Amino acid sequence: MGKAIEAISLTKKFNLNVAVNNLSFSVDKGEIFGFLGPNGAGKTTTLRMLTGLLSPDKGKSLINGIDISKEPIRAKLDIGVIPEMGSIYPDLTAKQNIVLAGKFYGISSSELINRTENLLKVFQLQGRENDLAKNFSKGMKQRVSIASSLVHEPKILFIDEPTSGLDVISQRLIKKIIRDMNKKGSTIFLTTHDMEEANNLCGRVAIINKGSLVAIDKPEILRLSLESKKTVVISFDKDIDINTFLEKEHILEIEKVADKFNIQTDNPDIVIKNLVDVAKKYDLKITMLEILKASLEDAFLKFTREKD
Amino acid sequence: MKLNITIIRSTFIVVEKNIRIYYNKAPVLIFGLLFPIFMFISFYLGRNIDLHDFFGGFLAMSIFFTSSSVGPLITPWEKAQGTYEKLLSYPITVGGIIIADAIAGMIFGIIINIVVAVVGIIVLGYSVNIVIFILAFLISSFCFSSLGVFLASPSRSNSPSNVMMLSSLVRFPLLFISGIFVPLHELPLIGRILSFFSPITYLVDLLNYSLRATHILPIYLDFILLIIFCFLFIFLSNIFHKRNLRRGI
Repeated sequence: MGKAIEAISLTKKFNLNVAVNNLSFSVDKGEIFGFLGPNGAGKTTTLRMLTGLLSPDKGKSLINGIDISKEPIRAKLDIGVIPEMGSIYPDLTAKQNIVLAGKFYGISSSELINRTENLLKVFQLQGRENDLAKNFSKGMKQRVSIASSLVHEPKILFIDEPTSGLDVISQRLIKKIIRDMNKKGSTIFLTTHDMEEANNLCGRVAIINKGSLVAIDKPEILRLSLESKKTVVISFDKDIDINTFLEKEHILEIEKVADKFNIQTDNPDIVIKNLVDVAKKYDLKITMLEILKASLEDAFLKFTREKD
Repeated sequence: MKLNITIIRSTFIVVEKNIRIYYNKAPVLIFGLLFPIFMFISFYLGRNIDLHDFFGGFLAMSIFFTSSSVGPLITPWEKAQGTYEKLLSYPITVGGIIIADAIAGMIFGIIINIVVAVVGIIVLGYSVNIVIFILAFLISSFCFSSLGVFLASPSRSNSPSNVMMLSSLVRFPLLFISGIFVPLHELPLIGRILSFFSPITYLVDLLNYSLRATHILPIYLDFILLIIFCFLFIFLSNIFHKRNLRRGI
């Protein structure tokens, strides 16, 4: 299996600020690849360099082996880009937006009409296809934006925060379409800061922080790197300050969320024993006790904090 | 070869998109049609000028303003609504987008001013050198439209009002040094020198030649200089847009 996307030592500075620093990774053909990072980590800048929208100061990006800086048209014929903002023309209808996008790729008129009708159906835009996009909700605009990026059936799809700010129904639809595109053979490059989305969709994820790559692997492997750490969630029938009573042995962090305590530990057995002792001593009833495995979000926090 | 066809096709799709979205709107069309009328009222009525002498300059002024009016606004509008990023992701170059913006402005300028030209020629009964007239009309419309696109390019702002300030700051002075209101031979030396830096000067000369058979410069030189201005504006726009893209979208 060849490489669909290759980032080779990508570096970008804006004035004195290094937005992306010597970033190298590759994405295999047919993969759904998640690109994670906190706000301002350099996700969108990287995506723009990969898609030829921004020139890197150093390094290069290859699309199916084609250097996008040197042969932008050839490389762009293989890709579809869905920017974060619903980037559609508000004064065109849903149908006109999709048709306009298709025309750039030289699709024949009859084929373009067929594909547009199909996309309108898949994205549940039928009945509204002739309405101006400026009258659409955010979710509908995002659906039109994605549909217009799929009309030429791109081999590689770059998506920037696809479900950001959308309702659950739109989110589910978009995730389903991303999976369907991938099943048909498209490579998906997805930037997100939604850990659940990355965990559910992506075969591999990269975590970027302050412009540098801090981790890259399958979500499960990143999560397993924290396997020794678990979270004990406990609540009592009375309001107490657990920090005062509990021994700090094997406790990494305690966080109070509503009436529950999230206790991060490397030894849940000892911590639970100590908690039970505290409950007995102070005549407390344990109303809830749960042990959570480390999540991708925990891995994300670990890797981004290490960089800090 | 196939890639060149892709670039040309994409360029004309952007032209079509620009006309549909930015020019084919009632307020823009009404502005385009009313603007020459208001200019005629402002600059002709109440002044003791021979209409035959005035018309060439008036037509040049109208072509200049209508062709260069919307071009400066397209990129800021597209940046503001997020479509510029999407546009750049299509198989098109920055140069292709710039040329497309200029062609759309040229078409708008031609459509609006054909009405003005035909009415003027019929009413005033000119014997027109049609080849020179049409060539001057086409090349100058593209040249002024390119100027409009160029005036939007140095700014990274996505606010149309900011871009319009710079555009007006350049376009109005150009008008006054182009021999429209004061014939070139009556301008002081500094005015005459400055007039050669305005592309409108060469259009006025060409229109005077094609309508009244009077001119100051050789006709071929007027055409050459207008074409040089076209290349210059497109070239500079390309440099500025690419520089801006290196700094972010």
